[in-house]
Amino acid sequence: MERFRRFIQFISAFVANSRLWITPSNPIYTGPIKQICFPGLNCYSCPAAISSCPLGALQNVLASLKMNLQLGKPGLGLYILGSLGMMGAVVGRAPCAWFCPFGLFQDILYKLVPVPKLPFWRPLAWGRYVFLFLFVIILPVFVLDAAGFGQTWFCKFICPAGTLEAGLPLLAIDSGLRSAVGALFFSKLALLMLFIMWSMVNHRPFCRAVCPLGLIFGLFNRVSWLQLRFNRDVCVECHACEIICPTGVSFADGRDDINSTKCIRCMRCFNLCPGGAITVEFSKTRRRSRGEGCTCHQEQG
Amino acid sequence: MKDRLPLYIFLLFLIIFLLGVLLGEPRDVFQKGVTICLSCIGIN
Repeated sequence: MERFRRFIQFISAFVANSRLWITPSNPIYTGPIKQICFPGLNCYSCPAAISSCPLGALQNVLASLKMNLQLGKPGLGLYILGSLGMMGAVVGRAPCAWFCPFGLFQDILYKLVPVPKLPFWRPLAWGRYVFLFLFVIILPVFVLDAAGFGQTWFCKFICPAGTLEAGLPLLAIDSGLRSAVGALFFSKLALLMLFIMWSMVNHRPFCRAVCPLGLIFGLFNRVSWLQLRFNRDVCVECHACEIICPTGVSFADGRDDINSTKCIRCMRCFNLCPGGAITVEFSKTRRRSRGEGCTCHQEQG
Repeated sequence: MKDRLPLYIFLLFLIIFLLGVLLGEPRDVFQKGVTICLSCIGIN
């Protein structure tokens, strides 16, 4: 299944960035598919991107919220929230593992760069809440300019995916933009370098410590149609699931729920577990175990 | 009730999504998406 997931990740990254004819006079795609929010962090200012980033779109809506309300215009982000919520209700945070191009980028760095791997400091996971509530919601809504518009704080000051997928390619194809590069861009470039180096020693550090989109999907993990279940009674306590988990979910020792907001539903634990203690459930009554058909009503530990 | 919670949540967000579509929000997403916001990616 791991090879299949990798295949889907590459296909997804290609589909999201399938505009191949790029010219300086027409640097980004302007066709109708840009109305669709891609379920992953994929900057819509990327020259190859054909869809929109839900996080960027959400920030733009929130930054214009006060002005839209004053003018009586619709623009509450219902379309974006609905898109994210429908995806989350079905598969929870699975898009992070299966679709997100920036997740794939981190996976490749971690796997291919032969440097010693380090443990991830777990409290950093709380950073996701800070970035979601402060940089995506509070600052864009409440810090406004004289005209009453906010800024896309996360995109502007944090997002390394935007620097990688949009900032650097746009500077490469449009020499006129290079004179506009200043301290802000270099600080974002430094952040990107930090995450690149961090990804070599920790698996998916951006997803684990920063990504607000991953947190939004992760909040659905416990109530989504797709559920993982852990049966402690058949666990052989080999802790292979914790070692293999790219986001460090520690459910075997009880520190985390198996459907915690950290879980990206990559299914590596499900595939690896020698005792079959991890099952995948698509509803409350029918459950699929690895290597067998559906079983019914097994009580979980 | 608990068995059908994912379905209810999906339907709730489907309604929210359709409301957004009816209010023309995809057009707003499109308008932002087809404009390069240089300041949004740290170039200004």
